[in-house]
Amino acid sequence: MAKNCHNDYKMKFSGDEEFPDLSLHNNHMAKVLTKEIYAKLRGKSTPSGFTVDDVIQTGVDNPGHPFIMTVGCVAGDEECYEAFKELLDPIISDRHSGYKPTDKHSTDLNFENLKGGDDLDPNYVLSSRVRTGRSIKGFTLPPHNSRGERRGIEKLSIEALASLDGEFKGKYYPLSGMTDAEQDLLINDHFLFDKPVSPPLTCAGMARDWPDGRGIWHNNNKTFLVWVNEEDHLRVISMQQGGNMKEVFRRFCVGLQNIEGIFKKHNHGFMWNEHLGYILTCPSNLGTGLRGGVHVKLPKLSTHAKFEEILTRLRLQKRGTGGVDTASVGGVFDISNADRLGSSEVAQVQMVVDGVKLMVEMEKKLEKGEAIDSMIPAQK
Amino acid sequence: MAGSFTRMIGGRNGAVLLASLGAGTMATGFLMSDNPLAAEVRTKLYPPSSDFPDLRKHNNCMAKALTPAIYGRLRDKITPNNWTLDQCIQTGVDNPGHPFIKTVGCVAGDEESYEVFSELFDPIIKDRHNGYDPTTMTHPTDLDASKITNGVFDDKYVLSSRVRTGRSIRGLSLPPACSRAERREVERVVVMALAGLKGDLAGRYYGLQDLTDKEQQQLIDDHFLFDKPVSPLLTCAFMARDWPDARGIWHNNEKTFLIWVNEEDHTRVISMEKGGNMKRVFERFCRGLKQVEQLIQERGWEFMWNERLGYILTCPSNLGTGLRAGVHVRLPNLSKDIRFSKILDNLRLQKRGTGGVDTAATGDTFDISNNDRLGKSEVELVQMLVDGVNYLIECEKKMEKGQDIKVPSPVTQYRK
Repeated sequence: MAKNCHNDYKMKFSGDEEFPDLSLHNNHMAKVLTKEIYAKLRGKSTPSGFTVDDVIQTGVDNPGHPFIMTVGCVAGDEECYEAFKELLDPIISDRHSGYKPTDKHSTDLNFENLKGGDDLDPNYVLSSRVRTGRSIKGFTLPPHNSRGERRGIEKLSIEALASLDGEFKGKYYPLSGMTDAEQDLLINDHFLFDKPVSPPLTCAGMARDWPDGRGIWHNNNKTFLVWVNEEDHLRVISMQQGGNMKEVFRRFCVGLQNIEGIFKKHNHGFMWNEHLGYILTCPSNLGTGLRGGVHVKLPKLSTHAKFEEILTRLRLQKRGTGGVDTASVGGVFDISNADRLGSSEVAQVQMVVDGVKLMVEMEKKLEKGEAIDSMIPAQK
Repeated sequence: MAGSFTRMIGGRNGAVLLASLGAGTMATGFLMSDNPLAAEVRTKLYPPSSDFPDLRKHNNCMAKALTPAIYGRLRDKITPNNWTLDQCIQTGVDNPGHPFIKTVGCVAGDEESYEVFSELFDPIIKDRHNGYDPTTMTHPTDLDASKITNGVFDDKYVLSSRVRTGRSIRGLSLPPACSRAERREVERVVVMALAGLKGDLAGRYYGLQDLTDKEQQQLIDDHFLFDKPVSPLLTCAFMARDWPDARGIWHNNEKTFLIWVNEEDHTRVISMEKGGNMKRVFERFCRGLKQVEQLIQERGWEFMWNERLGYILTCPSNLGTGLRAGVHVRLPNLSKDIRFSKILDNLRLQKRGTGGVDTAATGDTFDISNNDRLGKSEVELVQMLVDGVNYLIECEKKMEKGQDIKVPSPVTQYRK
């Protein structure tokens, strides 16, 4: 992986001459980047050759949306978070509710610490899911990695996943060379991921060489799924129909720990440190990288004046059932944790479990024509 | 002491890791020396064979020409601007191509790309430009419009005439590679030069970032406005970065001479008008180009050009003259004849829809232009277009009268 851009040549120009025009921009990077920070960082490069211009390219190319605040930058390798801390620390603080450079992040993948979560009403909670990402030490990240590296990641992942057993026994489907039959089945199972078309991803270089080195692994039960080399080295997903989030989280934790054990044996553990937790491509996924959520029917609550307020206080976010940036259909929402960094996996899933339970009770009250004002929680 | 790469891999574990990846002696050397340049280490860790792209489903010029041997020799080379082979070919790796259209599949990041990576570019150029061999042949440049004969077409058939080319500013990287400051420098150099044009060429620059709604609408109505590239062929070649920074459109007051700044090339230069007076269009084209060249030379700049490849542009398909001379022409009878394609082939012409490349023709009106770019001069190519279009119109007239037409013999290829 040679440098993505010719840093040495553009050093002939001044920092001011290179500074991006961010006047129409509304993303975290644009809010934080100043000429002073840029001048300080522009001459630096991580050992693998990633520069601050590489970090911010996606944010320069995608001014953002007036209502959605995108991050506007990515890491190309683990060292970015150190080499470009003057830029990334304030962005992390903005995005993760004031997280300080001196803060420590706690990791807790002990599923037994989760209280309840096996009793979400299946009449309302249609499905439950927990996902996270993992980056493999010794490789650069999707915006920067070469074909050789990406294939190396795939090879290691296949080996690691092939050694899983019991409820985790499964199969890997590389995207190159997938048969039509396999493809149809994966689509029907809602497992197949496609080449990114979203400009924030393509402008960050993550779709290069598609579909080389990309693939999907899932267990035979179709309840544990791993994406290889999409937006992160690995995306790990545990899911099932219905409301048993406890079981989903148990399988998530056990599966992850099994996988991590195997990678460690190959001297390729996961990227992690005690300040930022798990290191992922997008700063928004640092910490746990965890999004635990349900598809839940809330037709009445979702039209209540206080719906947004309730979600904010519960530290939850809503999405449509097609995922991020989609609208809800038929009053069914994807409700998940808003936080990633500064609280543990158990704590975040707990918030989902408790919050969804409360919202379902609110929905039932509204069905009966009763008020819910007394139920509105304090800010968590 | 040790760079963060060594911290990451760490001591003995690092050696074990490297050894397990097949980098035996390298692992020992790694422990012995402190090598802070991780990029260098990784170059050895990943031999070219590990990085060679999977081109089995690909159908573009790059995929046809690139072999593991060539890749092995070129992967670790860089141009003086630090541009690499992987960056040249990324667009061709990302876009396998179309079974019927053969795309080029690679771009230059700077003038030197064509030299440093000549082992790949030369066969691609030969393939794309019908046998033009850059290792043995030279390209002629001729912008003397007075040489064109019979260059005024019958307005009854030819609705509009147009000539376009591109020019790159020597010393600055090309659109796939340029930094923001370089791109702004291209804009500065070009806009300053254009401000010196006078008479029928006097005009105005519209930076894309500063367009008022009114100006934008006017440019759209004039069919002058270009938009951010959406074609993956261009976006995967990094040409849309930092949009719309330092992009703009210049045109003369008469709206017959137009320059795009920092779109797919540093500049695209277009001369056009309604009707069939191709001679006048080409005359203005040549005059405008020469004046712009003089204006930039006065300030110490010049266009990228050499006698091997002619004018240097981003896409190898536009080397040489970079010239596409064409007309919108009505050919209701001829276009339905089964021999139409063959006639065009023999005249070395191509047809497109009136929306430009990759559009379908609407009705009976076609965009007819020259196929060739490299190996023949501007005058030669425009004369070929003129002769060809005159022939097509003759055919159309004959068919109107119920007479039969002949398929012309193929036009000769290159002078050796």
